[in-house]
Amino acid sequence: MNEVVLEVKNLTAAYQKNTVLRDVNFQVEAGSLTGIVGPNGAGKSTLIKTMLALHPVLSGEVHFFGSTYKKVKKRIGYVPQRGSVDWDFPTIALDVVMMGLYGQIGWLRRPTKTHQRMAFEALDKMGMADYANRQISQLSGGQQQRVFLARALVQNADIYFMDEPLAGVDAATERAIMKILDELKAAGKTVMVVHHDLQTVADYFDHVLFLNRTVIKHGKTNDVYTEDNIATTYGGSIRLIGGRIGNVVHPVKQ
Amino acid sequence: MWSILLNSNTQWVLLSTAILGIAAGTIGSLAYWKRQSLMSDALAHAALPGVIIAFLLFKVKHLFVLITGAAISAVIGAFFIQGIRSSTRIKEDTAMGMILSIFYGFGIMLLTIANRTSGNQSGLNNFILGQSASMVQSDVWTMSILAILVVSIVVIGFKEWKIYLFDRQFASGLGLPLKGMDVVYTILLVTTIVVGIQAVGVILIAALLIIPAVSARYWTHSFQAMVIISALFGGASGTIGTLISAIGNGWPTGPFIVVLAASFFIISLIFGKEKGILVQYWQMKRHKKQEIIQSIPTSVLKKEVQ
Repeated sequence: MNEVVLEVKNLTAAYQKNTVLRDVNFQVEAGSLTGIVGPNGAGKSTLIKTMLALHPVLSGEVHFFGSTYKKVKKRIGYVPQRGSVDWDFPTIALDVVMMGLYGQIGWLRRPTKTHQRMAFEALDKMGMADYANRQISQLSGGQQQRVFLARALVQNADIYFMDEPLAGVDAATERAIMKILDELKAAGKTVMVVHHDLQTVADYFDHVLFLNRTVIKHGKTNDVYTEDNIATTYGGSIRLIGGRIGNVVHPVKQ
Repeated sequence: MWSILLNSNTQWVLLSTAILGIAAGTIGSLAYWKRQSLMSDALAHAALPGVIIAFLLFKVKHLFVLITGAAISAVIGAFFIQGIRSSTRIKEDTAMGMILSIFYGFGIMLLTIANRTSGNQSGLNNFILGQSASMVQSDVWTMSILAILVVSIVVIGFKEWKIYLFDRQFASGLGLPLKGMDVVYTILLVTTIVVGIQAVGVILIAALLIIPAVSARYWTHSFQAMVIISALFGGASGTIGTLISAIGNGWPTGPFIVVLAASFFIISLIFGKEKGILVQYWQMKRHKKQEIIQSIPTSVLKKEVQ
């Protein structure tokens, strides 16, 4: 077994009165590519935000590389949901990517030509070189997602958290993003991705974390990605399409 | 007219309102992207009771004393808005509307009392609509230094402010102290408002924060350029407005500054190169023409095939 880079112990988090996450426990090994799956409102985004101190912890502990988040912040990259920012903000794609370098540039200092080149290379890697000077409001959803990913790439972190990077993007963008995720994995980086499309989980991820308010099951995709676990997580019945795990039909409740 | 212009006091006042306008345009751009344009209006109105209370307590009309009172009162207003929003079902816009009118009403009440009870108070009325002519040398200094401080803090941390406004979550991941920046931002906003109230007045100072920023949006797609253009519009409105008021001898400054800012806005709205009305109309027309030209051969071809 590889080195454990992320350890979550008895984590509990809440919004006002509602407890969203209860007693979450899991460990993630270095170099793994994990898909976090679960129904709407299962607490997937909250889990990431809580681990990254963007949401208060009620109880429990989170350890990165055997240390606290604060001490290893620089080794952690985060790709928020695309909808979390205002894309009307007056700036260009290259500038957004450059934000990933701010920690490296140093506070209150100006970016140099080298930083600009690094940002441009990251955009190029995402197939966005032609759009470097494009106003971000004029980019399509998929292009905006690529810009976000390029920004995470320049951070050169050791562990990445991505909140639905594949939501609402076209097939070409999905392929481009998955290629990058595989490359990150090959480079020994650890990646955790909130994912919605159950059809592609087995193809994309080597580990799966089933989440519904707490960890339902976590492990190697081959071992845990079963109909039973999906049914337990989603609390509904599932249909099989062509022998593969397909759409989930869940009863309307709550 | 020229005698007024050549007067050294007028020149100083002009310079200080120019700097004030620049500071307001700069902070206004931040407020615009923080979606807090209306907040500045609420804070400005909330500053009035503080001015009068400071005067009643210390019996002096020294600008620094009065604007300290104004700042305290504005911050209390901000806390109330925050408190109402987080602990009741009342939404933020309603909370701002409540605080704005209650504090302003309270301020006018205190002003009436102050006018009745103490003698030398005529200058206090100037805080409502602004009267730059009433400013003395020390006021000019206080105002200019504070406004320059505000602009410097924005300029020094420009790239940090940018990510703070664009993507808070990512900024937090980079290790930016968001809570601290919130405090600094509020201090900058309140400082700009209170240093401006003598020249522009509590009712209209918010316009100097809001209008230059929205006007600048029509000229650029870059945040840096937006801040600079907004500062220029603010500075020009401040200077020219003060000039007109000085020539008019005793006219209130605030309304002229705001009318000038509004003129810049209308010019930007119509002629602005980014989504200005004329440019959009022209682009649309040109696009239509191209589409028509392109579609002619295909439609002709189709008919021949049929």
